[in-house]
Amino acid sequence: MKIIVNGEPADTAAGTLAGLLAELDMADAIVATALNGDMVRAARREATAIAEGDRVEILAPMQGG
Amino acid sequence: MDAMTHKATMSAADPVTFYGTEVASRLLLGTAQYPSPAILAEAIRASGTEIVTVSLRRESGAAKAGQSFWQLIRDLGVKVLPNTAGCRTVKEAVTTAEMARELFGTPWVKLEVIGEDDTLQPDVFGLVEAARILSRDGFQVFPYTTEDLVVAEKLVSAGCEVLMPWGAPIGSGRGLNNPYGLRSMRAHFPGIPLVVDAGVGLPSHAAAAMELGYDAVLLNTAVAKAGDPVRMARAFAAAIAAGREAVIADPMEVRDMAAPSTPVMGRALLGS
Repeated sequence: MKIIVNGEPADTAAGTLAGLLAELDMADAIVATALNGDMVRAARREATAIAEGDRVEILAPMQGG
Repeated sequence: MDAMTHKATMSAADPVTFYGTEVASRLLLGTAQYPSPAILAEAIRASGTEIVTVSLRRESGAAKAGQSFWQLIRDLGVKVLPNTAGCRTVKEAVTTAEMARELFGTPWVKLEVIGEDDTLQPDVFGLVEAARILSRDGFQVFPYTTEDLVVAEKLVSAGCEVLMPWGAPIGSGRGLNNPYGLRSMRAHFPGIPLVVDAGVGLPSHAAAAMELGYDAVLLNTAVAKAGDPVRMARAFAAAIAAGREAVIADPMEVRDMAAPSTPVMGRALLGS
């Protein structure tokens, strides 16, 4: 299934957001997630299905001013 | 007495309060653009700051740069003020703030809604709207704004208990472009913590902001892009402490003409 992860085309076999994070080796990473522009809380990732063409954002703490 | 000891002594009795949280240091420091993580950590320590700004960015699967950065910040034991840097719409800023709250575990947010590319000037209309939404949702908003009093009033009405007017455009190092505007803002909001945020290039700019009666200064590039960031962090800490001490000391009045400082009485007559 083709989706967009952090602006890049990606291919995934995962059915949920939690599954996608595991696939990307980020299951335990400190990240915040959004699906199609809306935030998905960590507690909701297991229950959040992803579909063809979805846009996923995976954000981490970063330097800032 | 070195600068850090001096600052600690002075600020112990003179904390600033942001949303009920007292901090002794009146310097808020950004964490971007340092030559290395080690220099960032050393600069934070040298500055004496208790609050650093951080952001949220896309994490790459391989590098995981964000994870090590976050570990470094946590090890330093400082409070974090997440920003919404780069956001251009209310929706983007609000969603970024929500994600930051979950990630960093703080209701604090440095709210930026950028409206113009050349100056990175805030879109004050979007800013007020986003501030209202976030304040209602329990956030403690630190709005990056201009010195416009009408906007500032609307931000306070929206729930902001701190205001952060710019000194000059972000990263410009120009200092205080509009001291009159900043002075007016101070006079207009005597009870609101005011922080000059952005545009500061030199310790003298930061001291000037403090001498205007500002409660704190937020800066990043001036330290990060200095030849020796650690030393510059120390210089800013000393300047901010000096400016704060000066305003408490109640400066003399400025006058147009000279007034001899050495006593005139008792002067010897030595001419012919």
